[in-house]
Amino acid sequence: MIEQWAPALVFLVLSFGAPAVMLFMATMLAVRSKIPSEARYDNYECGEEPDGMAWVRFHPRYYLVALIFVLFDVEAAFLFPWALNIRDMGGIAIIDMLIFVGILLIGWAYAVRKGAIKWV
Amino acid sequence: MSELLVNPWFLGFAYGFPLITVLMTVGGLATWFERRFAGRMQNRVGPSFVGPFGILQVLADGIKMMQKEDIVPRDADKFLFNLAPILPVFLVLASAATIPFTGYWDDTGQWQSWLMVADLDIGILWVLALAGLMVFPIWMAGWASNNKYTLLAGMRGVAQGVSYEIPLVMAALVPVVATGTLSLSGIVAWQAENGWLVWRFPIVGALAFILFFLSSLAEANRIPFDIPEAESELIGGVIVEYTGLKGGMFLMAEYMHTAVAAALAVTLFLGGSHMPGLSFHWALGPIWFVLKSGALFVLIYWIRWSWFRFRADQLMELCWVLFVPGSLILVMLTAVQVWVETLL
Repeated sequence: MIEQWAPALVFLVLSFGAPAVMLFMATMLAVRSKIPSEARYDNYECGEEPDGMAWVRFHPRYYLVALIFVLFDVEAAFLFPWALNIRDMGGIAIIDMLIFVGILLIGWAYAVRKGAIKWV
Repeated sequence: MSELLVNPWFLGFAYGFPLITVLMTVGGLATWFERRFAGRMQNRVGPSFVGPFGILQVLADGIKMMQKEDIVPRDADKFLFNLAPILPVFLVLASAATIPFTGYWDDTGQWQSWLMVADLDIGILWVLALAGLMVFPIWMAGWASNNKYTLLAGMRGVAQGVSYEIPLVMAALVPVVATGTLSLSGIVAWQAENGWLVWRFPIVGALAFILFFLSSLAEANRIPFDIPEAESELIGGVIVEYTGLKGGMFLMAEYMHTAVAAALAVTLFLGGSHMPGLSFHWALGPIWFVLKSGALFVLIYWIRWSWFRFRADQLMELCWVLFVPGSLILVMLTAVQVWVETLL
């Protein structure tokens, strides 16, 4: 167990460290303007004066996408252990999963017909 | 000394450090390659002054980016704003940990994969999990910048990222169903012994490969799926407010992501480092691996400079109406063929 996972954990630390160190080096090398300016710290919105904060309400269609995504992502969690056992379990596994996927696809067809992913 | 060479913590460092160096170099050279390639395609030269063939342009750009003044917008969420550029590079690098870069036939006729940082039993889950986390830095950057354009770009990026994750995971399930293992070295070994998945499962394998490839393009936000960046409508996507190397980190991650995506597609569907009849020594493995993933890599850039960008709603519809049910059906067809083969 530890033989398998130790290199992976070391690699996680290394791959987080590499960009962090690069950004730290960049902060030391970066120039700093000596002329104070308030406008420099404005948000850049194509030259327009920013009108209020950007943390506002947005369109609910993204919420619908997230909902359908959760549905299929949970299904993926079921599919992985199933995929490993097809050879042992044979036909019964296939038929069970066909029923499961069939029910899901009915839900998918309902969402598509209702226009849950129609953005225009 | 010999104890050190079998110490797993040391091995993680010994394999990990060169891999990170190589990936970072590939990411940097990819920017140069893309500019040269685009230049040739558009009948101009591209960067050609700095060093031979302009290859040192990468270095010049990097030094320039490091020297830029670090500006954090007044209204931004400072902590998330500064954390976000680290994460995409971290996730892309870390996801390469389980990819085996070479392999050979051992004395008993078994395929042995080698040169991966960690040979995890759940190698494919490791890659997919880390790739799936890519939506977080995009949304962190988009939201923390407190800019309407980055907010929109972040929102679109998350919608696209989570949507295309479904066909990506389902297409990656096809090799899992076919081989009955979650370890990437196991999948490569199965392909070396039974034939590459693209043609071992007629039509289904090839379609799954195409689906996987296109979904990886979408995950890496490459054209034709680069709606989160869409410079003509969203200025430059979530990196608008980032200066210097912080913005460069997002671009670097994108370029490395194309390389890792190509490598992963090769590992899952094109037999990894195996080449029929030409895999008698482990030192040959990296050559085949680089040739195969290099071809896919060039294909990604070829597509980027010859295609147009999809509209945001067309992108979502393509994914949910065609890719998601299509990939589910492919998984079921593969399962049926595996079952039939066990009966024969």
